[in-house]
Order: sequence, then C-alpha cells, then structure tokens
Amino acid sequence: MAAPLTRPAKTPPPRAASPSDGPAAPKSPSGPGARRGQRRAVTLFMVPFFALFTAVTVLPMFYAAWMSLFREESSGLGFGGTERVFAGFGNFTEALTNEAFLRSFGHIAFYCVLYIPAMVGGALVLALLVDSAMARARRFFQIAYFLPHAVPGLIASLIWLYLYTPGLSPITDVLDALGANWNFFGHDEAIYSVVNISAWQWTGYNMIIFYAGLQAVPREVLEAATVDGSGALRTALQVKVPMIRPTVVLTLLFTCVGAIQLFDAPKLVQLRANTMGEDWSPTMFIYTAAFKGHDYGLAAASSLLLALVAGLLSFVVTKLGNRWKAS
Amino acid sequence: MSTQTATPDAPPAPETRTKAGRRPSPRPRPRRTQGLTSKVAVNAVLAVVAVYTLMPLTWLLIAATKNYRDLFATNPFSLGDFHLLSNLDALFAYNDGLYGRWLFNSLLYTLVAAVLSTLVSVACGYAFDKYAFRGKEKLFGVVLVGVLIPSTVVQLPLYLMASELGLVDTYWAVLIPSLVNPFGVYLARVFSEGYVPGEVLEAARVDGAGELKTFTKVALPMLAPGFVTIFLFSFTANWNNFYGALMMLNDERLYPVNLGLFMWNQNVYQQPELYPLVIIGSLVAVVPLIIAFLCLQRFWRSGLTAGAVK
Repeated sequence: MAAPLTRPAKTPPPRAASPSDGPAAPKSPSGPGARRGQRRAVTLFMVPFFALFTAVTVLPMFYAAWMSLFREESSGLGFGGTERVFAGFGNFTEALTNEAFLRSFGHIAFYCVLYIPAMVGGALVLALLVDSAMARARRFFQIAYFLPHAVPGLIASLIWLYLYTPGLSPITDVLDALGANWNFFGHDEAIYSVVNISAWQWTGYNMIIFYAGLQAVPREVLEAATVDGSGALRTALQVKVPMIRPTVVLTLLFTCVGAIQLFDAPKLVQLRANTMGEDWSPTMFIYTAAFKGHDYGLAAASSLLLALVAGLLSFVVTKLGNRWKAS
Repeated sequence: MSTQTATPDAPPAPETRTKAGRRPSPRPRPRRTQGLTSKVAVNAVLAVVAVYTLMPLTWLLIAATKNYRDLFATNPFSLGDFHLLSNLDALFAYNDGLYGRWLFNSLLYTLVAAVLSTLVSVACGYAFDKYAFRGKEKLFGVVLVGVLIPSTVVQLPLYLMASELGLVDTYWAVLIPSLVNPFGVYLARVFSEGYVPGEVLEAARVDGAGELKTFTKVALPMLAPGFVTIFLFSFTANWNNFYGALMMLNDERLYPVNLGLFMWNQNVYQQPELYPLVIIGSLVAVVPLIIAFLCLQRFWRSGLTAGAVK
C-alpha cells in the first residue's frame, strides 16, 4: 500500500466529527476592539491551512477536470511536439472502454475479497485474544504486531519481494523442503503475494485500534455478562464485538479507500511477476498512462473516475456500516 | 516510558507496565479459572502471529550482515561471516555517498514537513474549536471531505500543475503537498476541546494577552501531547510517500530513501552486487523509525484511540 495510500487508512471518525458547536466563542468582556482582534486571529490561524489545502487539493481536482477534456495529438508526421485538442468526454469514454482500466478494478475487487476479511477479521480476532484474560505478555504482543507499521510501505514491499525470491528467501527454502510447489510470482499466485504484504503492514495497526476500543468497554457490562454465565467466547462475540462496531466500520471504510489506491506492493511484485503487467491496479494504470503513454488526458479522466469510485465506495460502506451499527 | 526501546526480541516487559500511562485496564479477572488448554492455545496463536510479524525484520537484520556471495550461498537464517560494517561502508561510499544524501532528503521531506504541517493543522483546529464565526461547521465539513479524498487521485493533476509552474524536480514539489493534513486539523480540534479549557484563555485575555500570544504561550503548551500525536501521523504519511516522490523527482540527488532504494532495486537484475546495498539500505532506513516509534508509543496510541474510543 503506497505512500499516500496509507494515509487515509488512519482513523478519522467522521462520525465524531460534528462536535457540538460548544461554547466556542469566548465571550470577551471588552467590546468591538476585542472582537476585531478575534476575527483577525481566526484569519491568521486558518489561512495557512486553507491556502495550502486549496493549492494542493482543490485546485488539482479542478485542473484534472479541465485536463480530462483534452487530448494530446501529435501534429504532422509526429516529429514536432504534440498539440492539445478538445476532446469533450472522449477521454472518459476511452477510459471506460479501456480493457486494462476495467480489468484493474477487477483485480482490486478480487484483492478486497481476499484482503479485507483476512486483515480486518484477523485484527479483530487478535484484539479479542489479547484482550481475553488468557493472554500473557500483552505489551510484547502489541509491540510485535505494530512494528510492521513503522516500516515505510515501499520498504515493506521490498523486503517481502526478497522474501518471495528463491535463493534469497527462507520461505521458499522451507516450502521446497516440504515439497510444496508455490511460485510467489506465478500468474495466479501473485495476488496472494500482494495481499500478504498489505496484511503484514496493516493487521497489527488495526488490531491496536480494536484493542483500544475493547479496553473502553465498561467493566460493569462485562461483569454482568460473566454473572449471567456467559463464557469467554460468547462474551467476546455477543458483548465485546457489538460495542466496537463503530470502530470496525471506520476501519472498513479506510481499508476500502486505501485498497482502491493500491500502488507500492503490486508495483514491486510486478517486477518479478511479469504476467501482472504495469497496469494491474487503477493507480498503476494512471501512472502508466501518464508517464509511459504520455496520455495526460486519459490519465486525468481515469483519476477522476477513480475518485468517483472511491467516493461511492465510502458512501456505500458508511451507509451499510450505519445500518449494521443500528441493528 | 523510555524503557520501551527494547528490541522486539527482548523479553516482554512486565505486565504491570501495560497499564502505565493509561487508565487501569477495566478487564475483570474471571472468577472461574480458565482451562489450561485454552490458555495455551490462545498464547500459541498469539506467538505464531508474532513470528509472522517479526520474521521479515529478523531476516532483514541477518541478511544485512552478509556479503553478496553469502546472501545466496548460506541459509537465510544462519549467520555467515559478519559483514555488517563493510556493508555499511559500502552503502555510504557508493556513488559518492548518494545514500547519505537520500537520508538527508528523507529527513527534510519528513521531519521538516511534519513540523510545519503540524503547526498549520494545530492552529487551524484550535481556531475551529475556540472561535465562533459564520459558516464554521460548513467549513469544517470541507476539511472532513478533504480527509476522504484519495491522495493518489490528486497526485497526477498536482504533477501536471507543478510541471506548468516549473516546480517538478525540486524539493518544493515534494515538500509543499506534504504540508496539508486535513486529518490533523480534525484531530487538533478534538484535542483542543479536550486539553484547553476556555476559562484559561479568558484569564489570559483579561491579563491583556493578544490572541496570538494566548495561542503560543497558553494554548500551545497545553496542546503539546496532541501536537506530538498529529506530528507522528504526518511524519508516517510523509515517510510513506513514495508515489508522490516517484512522480515529481527525476534527479537522483533529490530522492528520498525509499525512492532511491526502489531505483537501485530496478537495476538489481543487471547489477546483482546492488542486492546487499538495497538490504542494508532498507535496514538503515527502518531502524531509526522503529526506535522512534517505540519511544513515542504513548503518543501514537492516544492518536489511534482518539479515533477509536470516542
């Protein structure tokens, strides 16, 4: 999961995000002079963020929209430079009918089917186990599970790339000794290699988040369950998990948004797994369209389509999540 | 909490320390004694997963001590001749110390950008919390939408804009986009609500302090733990930023470490002698991060829980 890709998987809870508009304004005793001072302060404190935000997020979105309406065409015999011609929605229809682009979404869908249950389920099970009265050495396990997250995404992918490489890797040695025939870079196997890299990076991180949620479950609730004769397993599934539903939904949301931007891991695995191709994920497709094909219009249109899909996905996950939370 | 810099292989810290720095665990001790078998099973599962998470880093550590021949000739988990120091020498000597430059660049892209972006975010989040003005919640909604905009989507148009402005292949091309952290603004607002009581600000104002002075002298020190948490988020995001750097930079002297290692790895098939360099280079890049994370645990924890527990 790439660089920026990792960013959204952090845990901003939009839910808690509409904090009560509490007694925000200090009701200053002094008159209009003080109020003017406050207005100036608000400007001073907010302008840096919003100026930067406009420059690096808002404007690029508009610029992408503008770019997506044009096509680069080589003029004359193709020796001279290229010419930008208006293409209307041509780039969008081109992207939507581009087999590689559509296939890249298929890859990500399959990746999500494999990755999300494994990672989120794994993190949840681990959190419940560490939270159970039976676990020892809780601190050690938490640190051990979190450590992969401290490794930059690209370097994590690089380490795993070497761990998949026969001759370098202890894993392939063990598999060979067991007589198993598994090629990490095979046509069908490569996606599991990518899933594993993501799972390695994110399971521990989300486990820590779930564990924090579990720690906040009120003691009385758990005691009541125990008094009612509920065993550890039943308490975990019927009392603890429902209480951290909002956290789970949030994790799902950010995992989906992260998954759709997947870049680093497949980019590296693809170096050895040649059958994957350089446009395996939508982000890889965009990168290739822009930097190998120099088709900026297509790349911009694809970026916007990707943003649209990400937005729809966030919407659906939030809606489904809210329904689950309410049930 | 500085004792937590123990390496992952060190014996687990005593149980009691788990609770240090946070509220006591609300977990009730079960009255019935748990079956011994389930206890063993639970801990066995946890241990197996720990092996999975620690194995790649252990391999990296061992591989970094081998020279090129041993890397392929010896068992991956057995120690060959000890070449860690000569590998380090080779790493920093290669190409006139290119790797050292990359480390410096990474520091610049991550530390400097994280400090600045945290300041920007904290000021903005503080203003959202402590001042009333028209359209505040709508504006805050914009920030929250910003959190959800996939950064890779913005990256390509950002590159195109940067190339129009002639900023491609400069430090600015990587630095400026890193300064924006909408999630930091959100967190700063939450922290400001929790840590900075309005009465204290009122008192400062009555004493005649201006708004800016109130912020820097009164509010900012109270926000210190939140500041560190937001800083850490921003820091990891920047350290992870590979896609942006890959697009924006051509000049290898401007690369951050991860992009540099990626480029070396691209050439590893033609020049297999680069393998040990990529491996030791990865280790050198990762170790300070791991140490920093272990030292600053309290802060990233509180950042994660700020989202989770509320």
